Amino acid sequence: MIRGGILQIVLFFVYLILQVVLLKNLVLFNISFCFLYVAFILLLPVEMGNLLLMLIAFLLGISVDIFYNSLGLHTMALVLLAYLRNHWLATITPQGGYDIGTPPTLAANGLQWFLVYTLPLVFVHHLVLFFVEASGFTLFWYTMLKAISSLLFTMAVMLLLQYLSLDRRR
Amino acid sequence: MERLLKFLFEYRAFFTFLFLELFSAWLVVENNQYQSTAYFNTSNQIAATIISTSQTIREYFSLKDINSDLAVENSRLRKKLSQQDQILLARELSLFGDSTIINRFDFTSAKVVNNSTRYYKNFITINRGKKDGIHAGMAAISQWGAVGKVKSVSEHYAVLISLLNIDEQVSSVIKRTGHFGTVQWDGTEPRFIDLKYIPRHVELKLGDTVVTSGYNSVFPEGIVIGTISSFKLNEEAQFHSIKVALSQDFGKLSFVEIVRSNLKIEKDSLEQKIIGDPK
Repeated sequence: MIRGGILQIVLFFVYLILQVVLLKNLVLFNISFCFLYVAFILLLPVEMGNLLLMLIAFLLGISVDIFYNSLGLHTMALVLLAYLRNHWLATITPQGGYDIGTPPTLAANGLQWFLVYTLPLVFVHHLVLFFVEASGFTLFWYTMLKAISSLLFTMAVMLLLQYLSLDRRR
Repeated sequence: MERLLKFLFEYRAFFTFLFLELFSAWLVVENNQYQSTAYFNTSNQIAATIISTSQTIREYFSLKDINSDLAVENSRLRKKLSQQDQILLARELSLFGDSTIINRFDFTSAKVVNNSTRYYKNFITINRGKKDGIHAGMAAISQWGAVGKVKSVSEHYAVLISLLNIDEQVSSVIKRTGHFGTVQWDGTEPRFIDLKYIPRHVELKLGDTVVTSGYNSVFPEGIVIGTISSFKLNEEAQFHSIKVALSQDFGKLSFVEIVRSNLKIEKDSLEQKIIGDPK
């Protein structure tokens, strides 16, 4: 348990540094962003409590914000994602339930389940992020375009990493 | 009372959620206000160090561009200096008697360590701070034109609001006709900015130069913003809708000059008596 905790703390910084040093500069066609750091919250163990989850999301969000000069923005979106996560996990429990102690990954539950799990949550996160940043709905379709193309980018990178770690385990 | 506590405890997750969301909403609103002295941004020491390290690595790939830009600027400045010398010589130094008017603006050059063009609210981080006499509210220009305003400062770094920020407005003037307007970014194309409030009777031409007006006392007068690339006049619209092609390519900004306006306090305090607080 303690080892798992230390691993998660290390992962926290890995995701953070990866996001603000590398992925921050990786933007496709000026509209497609990769916010891979959401994967950290999504892949925390299933049985983790809502409170702890939100506090971690708050810390991660505010750290990302510092580097993006957008104080509060990523925090807001990520805390919302963390809050919704456990409710969503409870709704889509696969037959036989989750294995205790395992993170909700593609390896554990399959591609279809993983997509059902991540896609709506990441989309909600991106919608909140872009509409709060635009501070309103004046640029509705452009913002929507940004959110959807970023969703595709983030999901593609996240799935890629899932498949990479899947192979290693075999 | 006991039931209330029980209720609160039962929904503690929800209330924590509510609290955190409200807190971050407050941060968003607070951060949007101009000239906040926030330390939770890239002027923060640790964040700035990490970012400038990654910028140093990236810079190796654009050294050639930076070099030629600097060479161009050098020659331009040298030309200007010699012109200035000749003017002063011809008028026997009698043009400006007052040295405070001549030294109205001081320039500090700074390196860009972080820059973005892809968000609605873009910011630029530079490697000069309080130590070098930078304060919130100063203007930043580059050799090609206006860049932005200083938003917050730490000891060694400062964060600028880029012109490419939907909250940033700069008073500007069309050089040929002399009409005043405001430039403000619409949040989409990083090469173009909107020029607003030019009344419909003004005859515009493509390629007209738009410069800062000096009404705001942040920017020196006559700093180039860009040239008009398209304009249209809708029926019943009071103002033209004008797109200005920015002369500074914000995608490859590497050095900026921070302008300190030595007479700003004097001008503002004089205006404040009549108009009220400056924005």
